[in-house]
Amino acid sequence: MSTTANNTGNENAMATATGKLGTYLGAYGELIAERQDRDPVWLRQLREDAWQRFYAKGFPTTHDEDWRFTNLAALARTPFQLAVKGSVTVTAGQIEKFRVPGAGCRLVFVNGHFAPELSEVGDLPDTLEICSLERAIAKAMEGSAPEGCAPEGIEQHLGRYADVRRDVFSALNTALWEDGAYLRIHRGAVIEQPIHLLYVSAGAGAAIMTHPRTLIVAEPTSHAAVIEDYVSIGEETAFSNAVTELVAGQDAVVSHFLVGRENLAAFNVSTLRLELARGTNVSSHSILLGGGLVRNNVHPVLAGEGAECLINGLFVGAGRQHLDNYMLVEHAQPQCSSRQFYNGILDDRARGVFHGRIVVHKDAQKTDAKQTNRNLLLSDDARIDTKPQLEIYADDVKCTHGATIGQIEEEQLFYLRSRGIEESSARNLLLYAFAAECLDRMNDSPAREFVAELIRERLTDLAQNHQAAASAAPAKEQAQNWEEVG
Amino acid sequence: MALLEIQDLHASVDGHEILKGLNLTVNAGEVHSIMGPNGSGKSTLAAVLARRETYAVTRGRVLFEGKDLLEMKPEDAACEGVFLAFQYPVEIPGIGNAYFVRSAMNAIRKFHGQDELDAMDFLPLYKERMKILEMDDKLVNRSVNEGFSGGEKKRNEILQMAMLEPKLAILDETDSGLDIDALRIVAKGVNAMRGPDRAFLVITHYQRLLDYITPDFVHVLVDGKIVRSGGPELALELEDKGYGPTEADVPQALPA
Repeated sequence: MSTTANNTGNENAMATATGKLGTYLGAYGELIAERQDRDPVWLRQLREDAWQRFYAKGFPTTHDEDWRFTNLAALARTPFQLAVKGSVTVTAGQIEKFRVPGAGCRLVFVNGHFAPELSEVGDLPDTLEICSLERAIAKAMEGSAPEGCAPEGIEQHLGRYADVRRDVFSALNTALWEDGAYLRIHRGAVIEQPIHLLYVSAGAGAAIMTHPRTLIVAEPTSHAAVIEDYVSIGEETAFSNAVTELVAGQDAVVSHFLVGRENLAAFNVSTLRLELARGTNVSSHSILLGGGLVRNNVHPVLAGEGAECLINGLFVGAGRQHLDNYMLVEHAQPQCSSRQFYNGILDDRARGVFHGRIVVHKDAQKTDAKQTNRNLLLSDDARIDTKPQLEIYADDVKCTHGATIGQIEEEQLFYLRSRGIEESSARNLLLYAFAAECLDRMNDSPAREFVAELIRERLTDLAQNHQAAASAAPAKEQAQNWEEVG
Repeated sequence: MALLEIQDLHASVDGHEILKGLNLTVNAGEVHSIMGPNGSGKSTLAAVLARRETYAVTRGRVLFEGKDLLEMKPEDAACEGVFLAFQYPVEIPGIGNAYFVRSAMNAIRKFHGQDELDAMDFLPLYKERMKILEMDDKLVNRSVNEGFSGGEKKRNEILQMAMLEPKLAILDETDSGLDIDALRIVAKGVNAMRGPDRAFLVITHYQRLLDYITPDFVHVLVDGKIVRSGGPELALELEDKGYGPTEADVPQALPA
């Protein structure tokens, strides 16, 4: 079952990403040597297994059905390096603009390394453990936990959910991660303020890669909201390959926000693996506004009866941005419900992908799964490929899917203009109304206010660019052409 | 100087000429009614004046307070004081009614170099005018026209007009589809706005609306031209006798 809409031919779809894995091999060798006294045995084993997976498979090509619409040639041929710790100094002033108003605490990572001097953990309740994953493991090795953090259970959870067999990016992250956030929300704890995890890529002269690894353990009946935020300082290219495992215990209520607002030269692959126990209510909100080539993997497994999962997203692309959303929703137990809503706005030559795969396993009777992908194309050259994919092995389920592709309605635009609202503002209003559908699905919270403001800014830029482009000569080609053959 | 001066206006859509040399002068303070059979060009006239781009003006000129209206973008015409009450108001999901009107008011205020109104200044005024039009308070935050009944949509048009206070209000078949109560409410809203500085162009198919909004002038538009003009008595005559022999000459009608 495939719904594909496009304006241009898929001319380079068969291009292969000839993996230059040498730089990765070198990076892995150095990392292993450097950490051999620090990593516990189980972690070394985890890395090694994952590395073998990655090295055997290399980067996928567009022959791979899961990567049909996203060509990784440009990523594969760039010799990315792990950043040398402390090689780039980022000041508090430089990241001030990334602050989330109302957030309770913030962990900052610069080029993959924890930056305690930029982080703010303030007065946290005892029921929330938050620290750098690397520190948590190091302290556990020494037998002393860092303050406010009892890193038991890391071994139990880390790497247990991310699928290194199927997904080479999860494998690469598992092999090469240097740091990330570790969060544990204690049983019954209600954490009111959102937790902000800020991952900064800062130009270091060379193309930097980072593999941030986040582990979030929400114990039974806990409530929390986490914002994972990817930003750039400067215009240099960087590759962020993030993996987050979020484990929700019975009846936990967790909201996860992924915010992508890196520069247009950035490559970002983010994989969010959600594990939902019985009765949990987990929301994933992905707000993709920046980045040159972005792949957003969201993979919830509804592994306990009656779990509910909301998979909500907005992607906004212009120039030559390529924003690929790959959803894999697995219903493993009965009486679970999943709701996917993704809205896309694409201008210029931007390209979007929505791949919504729902797998209903044999035991998952009474599954209620719904998927909706709506898209606005603002230019003739923008393109969206949307593909629902249902695999149903149970016999008593309700699964629906739908996709729409359209333009801004001229009638609506004229109506607004006829009341005195100038064209760019009118466009902006209509775009915002479309984009804001994703906000309606978020609980009222500082996190929602924060993303609402980001969306507003992004759309204002888009409307202004649109008008500037309409009145000026054809815009200069921006960024890179991701469709180039490698 | 006349508020609106239309001279020899020719306009076409998709290559079909619809207005074929229309002349009309409207002064501030006057209410003009344009009547005519389906397809005679009434709605085209309204659309051209509101600067809808799908209509191509091929000849003639239109001056609004001496300025060339045909050079204006829709938003500029609106800011200069032209308002069109749509025959088919558009639904805009996701944009709140009050927010929309306030955005429009502020756009117009900005155009005239005035300060913007904040929600505190705006809302009491908005609610007061809603009351005149007997509109439910709950419509304040609903999306523009979304899920409104036909009558609510038309009242919402008049409400917008009342808020934006245009110099020239064009009512494009605002009466069509209205029951008599709604018609009376709409007329009340319009009459409350009549004044020496404001003119109305009331486009209608039926004399009925003119029982409530008494025009100063009635014009009969047939086949893209005004064929007769007169006082309010003309509307009554038309009600009696129809549009006369010229009606048969109307070509296979394009939608009005």
